[in-house]
Amino acid sequence: MTAPMIGHAPPALATLVAVEDLRVSFGGTEVVRGVSLSVAPGECVAVVGESGSGKSVTARTLLGLAGPGAEVRAAAFTVDGRDALAFGPGDWRRLRGRFAGLVLQDALVSLDPLRTVGAEIAEVLATHEVTPRAGRAARVLELLEAVGVPEPELRARQRPHQLSGGLRQRVLIASAIAADPGLIIADEPTTALDVTVQAQVLRLLAARKAAGTALLLISHDLAVVASIADRILVMKDGRVVEEGRAADVLAAPAHDYTRSLLAAVPSAASRGTRLTTGEPLPRPAPAPALALATATATGPGSGGEVLAGSGLVRSYGPRRVVDDVSFSLRPGETLGVVGESGSGKTTLARLALALLDPEHGAITLRGGPWTGLRERRRRPLRPRVQLVSQNPLDSFDPRHTVGRLVAEPLRLPRAERRARVLDLLRRVGLPPETAGRHPRELSGGQRQRVAIARALGPRPDVLVCDEPVSALDVSVQAQVLDLLAEVQAEYGTAMVFISHDLGVVHHVADRVLVMKDGRVVEEGEAEEVFARPRHPYTRALVAAVPRLPSRPA
Amino acid sequence: MIKRLATGAGVLWAAATAAYLALLLAPGDTVDILVGEGPDTPEIRAGIIAEWGLDRPAPVQYLSYLWRLLHGDLGRSYQLQRGVGEILATQVGPTAQLTLAAAGTGVLLAGAIAVVTAGRGRWWRGVAAAAELVSVSVPPFLIGIVLLSVFSFTLGWFPVSGAEGARALVLPALALGLPLAGVLGQVLRGGLERALEQPFAVTARARGLTERALVVRHALRHALIPAVTLAGWFTGTLLGGAVITEVLFGRPGLGQVAMQAVTGRDLPVVMAVVLLSAVVYVTISTLLDLAYRVIDPRIRG
Amino acid sequence: MTSTAPDLARPAAASGRAATAGRRRARGIGLPAAMGFLVVLGVAVAAPGVLAGADPLAADPLAALAPPGPGHWLGADHLGRDVLARVVHGARHSLSIGAVATALAVSAGVLLGLAAGLAPKWLDEALARAFDVLSTLPELLLALLVVAITGPGTVNVTLAIAIAQLPNYARVIRAQTFVVRHAGYVEHAVTFGRSRLAVTLGHVLPNVLGPIPVLATIGLGTAVIAGSGLSFLGMGPQPPAAEWGAMLSEARNYLRVAWWEALFPGLAITLTVVCLTVAGRRLQRRFEGRTP
Repeated sequence: MTAPMIGHAPPALATLVAVEDLRVSFGGTEVVRGVSLSVAPGECVAVVGESGSGKSVTARTLLGLAGPGAEVRAAAFTVDGRDALAFGPGDWRRLRGRFAGLVLQDALVSLDPLRTVGAEIAEVLATHEVTPRAGRAARVLELLEAVGVPEPELRARQRPHQLSGGLRQRVLIASAIAADPGLIIADEPTTALDVTVQAQVLRLLAARKAAGTALLLISHDLAVVASIADRILVMKDGRVVEEGRAADVLAAPAHDYTRSLLAAVPSAASRGTRLTTGEPLPRPAPAPALALATATATGPGSGGEVLAGSGLVRSYGPRRVVDDVSFSLRPGETLGVVGESGSGKTTLARLALALLDPEHGAITLRGGPWTGLRERRRRPLRPRVQLVSQNPLDSFDPRHTVGRLVAEPLRLPRAERRARVLDLLRRVGLPPETAGRHPRELSGGQRQRVAIARALGPRPDVLVCDEPVSALDVSVQAQVLDLLAEVQAEYGTAMVFISHDLGVVHHVADRVLVMKDGRVVEEGEAEEVFARPRHPYTRALVAAVPRLPSRPA
Repeated sequence: MIKRLATGAGVLWAAATAAYLALLLAPGDTVDILVGEGPDTPEIRAGIIAEWGLDRPAPVQYLSYLWRLLHGDLGRSYQLQRGVGEILATQVGPTAQLTLAAAGTGVLLAGAIAVVTAGRGRWWRGVAAAAELVSVSVPPFLIGIVLLSVFSFTLGWFPVSGAEGARALVLPALALGLPLAGVLGQVLRGGLERALEQPFAVTARARGLTERALVVRHALRHALIPAVTLAGWFTGTLLGGAVITEVLFGRPGLGQVAMQAVTGRDLPVVMAVVLLSAVVYVTISTLLDLAYRVIDPRIRG
Repeated sequence: MTSTAPDLARPAAASGRAATAGRRRARGIGLPAAMGFLVVLGVAVAAPGVLAGADPLAADPLAALAPPGPGHWLGADHLGRDVLARVVHGARHSLSIGAVATALAVSAGVLLGLAAGLAPKWLDEALARAFDVLSTLPELLLALLVVAITGPGTVNVTLAIAIAQLPNYARVIRAQTFVVRHAGYVEHAVTFGRSRLAVTLGHVLPNVLGPIPVLATIGLGTAVIAGSGLSFLGMGPQPPAAEWGAMLSEARNYLRVAWWEALFPGLAITLTVVCLTVAGRRLQRRFEGRTP
């Protein structure tokens, strides 16, 4: 790296960090392609983009942590008023922690799992010798208190796995601010957290900002940064495509990509429309097969349900993971299940699939028994209830091609099978040649399409979707949600849609179950539950959802 | 903890039983086998039958065998005309010396190489990886032969055989310790490199830590976890390798005893050596299990 | 639940890619060389006469301890036998002990491991304890116990190594069976209404058995070392048979005067094991690239 002369430009103390035309490449592949950004004292700058946009690498490069094998170039690069292009490893080390603190996603892995959290915070104090040895323990407790960790004496002696996700993230922030840096770089600081905890952590970061600390916030979620950012940079494929005051970018996005990102966020407003285009979605037609098989009555409790559970209980050890849950699912409808981690959503999904039998209560499928059956009797019914899970790759036999995977649930003569597989692939928007490929060669969105095609193969009455879009970028998520809505309209499939994301559930669900600690705390029409939540927990949940400012339609 | 001890006792019991079954199932008359190549007189035969209770029903034989073991009575070698316990007792010392020295050599070498090369450039790591590959691929006796021909025959720095003094221990300990260092080095280096790629390493660097401090304070502990789980393998390698090393370097010890017993088909001695190694194994793996809990506090919760 | 931002893995993934590229370049030399050596080895086993014309057992007192040179390219041993011929012909002994022992250990280990992994809990517990007990005994001592009972010889040594290595395979297969049984794709196959037998045959077995070639390749190296070790101790093929470990055992009395008598069989064992390990690791990487 050579240090170009910056000329007579005074080392602007008005900016903490400033970089011009930053380029970072790994083994000849450029992942950051000419990014310019600056952060002034007390300012909050947000960098938003999807995976592969280069936002994380950009943020880490500002601390000299681009990673092994990274090649960093820039037209100008000032950190703390000094030319960072001339920095050696020692220069970087003195800045890290002291000048800027780093907060990463999920503190369970971002804090050393084998050491106490107190030791982790004290390490910053020792490295930069900001607190003499004797005062360190007391300072650690002060810091823990400052980030709102209750019982700091106890917590300081614990290890990350003994703390909840929210407390861990607070500890990580405490370690980032320990040496009192003027800048916090937070890379997806709330991504793995439940929505109520996310709101708390955002409030904590906002409080630091109010106290005068500058913030560089990296996120994939425009709504998360909306409440706190002064300026927003939108990145795509290693470039900044849009930059401006937060209010302007959110209210009047100038770039097509920003517009499509904003439109792709599912919410109440997007109900009944395609997230990708904004067009209205087709309404579900009543399922013809089912209309013949069952009575015409479709009211709740009248026997018109495809799947209905009552008084379901399931425990792991002494803990009731699902506790007295009842639900009903009518043909062609979507039942959303929302709740935070540990609320029992996934166990409910496994009960609905009869992969687990409930200890009490029962589930009926089209009026007939579904749980409590002998597996031999249940087997012929199984194709009627299919599963789409969060991680499609895990649900595919690693040896098989897409064609073989999609063909697996089909009960067809060999000759017809191939035609049906191609038909299904076409239906989910994949070209026929996908059949010969292995899922690991596909993108996340394509894999989820394969999973949907496979689940649709047996023409199920019920599709259980367990966090089907949680691992996807917002634009890909939009495509997959649109696809699910289309196939539902076309086949009249009923869906149990499980998600931690209230926006997604609001977008797709007709009715909603809100779960907490294994129990259903609220149930009703989606519009009703989200607009006028009755249970305090639902209210807290709805209030905690980060929101985009309303835009002109 | 109590569960751990119970498991250990169970394993020992099963090992004793297995050795006993092997003796019973061995082709040929049990008395013939026990006599082996030792003197064969009707009196000795009668003694064997009495000691092993061969004239009594099988369950009684088995129980009395276990009973004797419980009292530390390992039986008699009819070839050497001495108690097995007595034979082993005189030979434990040199073998303990050798294996401990080898274990120390292996651990120190592996640790030093891993700490120095982890996170270094590709060239360094390549050299370390190649050295490790070769050291685990060379049969232990070949390492011994090479060491002997270079340092004893050619340079004359160390004695060719025997167990007199510390100088005589150097080459055998190296021969036995090098393969250990190779495997342990691979495991440690792999563990260090994985740890250094973890998000917590990024966080630690972001606090301003030097790479050395990161390796010593954070990564090394993570790298120890897989190394400790291989402890059983290490113990086995050392005990088994001791046989070959002692034969090659002409050192007295349990390995020599075992070899002579196998060659002479002196089964009581072979069985005792096997049981002794099972005891050592169980003891060491119990101790390391405790160490594991100290290194990784997560498994306590 | 949690949503994972795939973004976080980016820098690591990118550098990982760079490192893989580097490794691939390094592998460029290693793998063909290893495969080449293994092919030569195969020829030595199948048709040793092609590589070495001399009779490995023919002693020529006049040539005793002759250094490498024309006539005896790798020298002659203390009885005047051609070292090249003995090393080449020895491949058959040394490798067949290792290969047969590995084949026995793998097949028995797979059967027992699968039985444990698929059996009801009590049977699994019992088998797992049995594997524990077997692996309590150091491989070499266990082999010595077997030889002490059955007597020395090629067959007995092979059997001893097979018994000693069996628990390693059984344990790996048992663990792998557990992982596969709880994999997402097995659960999905159940939701398709496939029978237990069909799921076991269609998904569990193939995915459990997949890594066996990798295990066996690396295990073969270990078995060759163990076999030569036992032969070195005089438990294996009896003189005058040419076996690498036995050759080294004889050669160690002549180290001062004839380094070649020890060097070449030693080199043969080491290269064999190195090449098997290189090939095995390559297979392993290919396999792991397949299963995420």
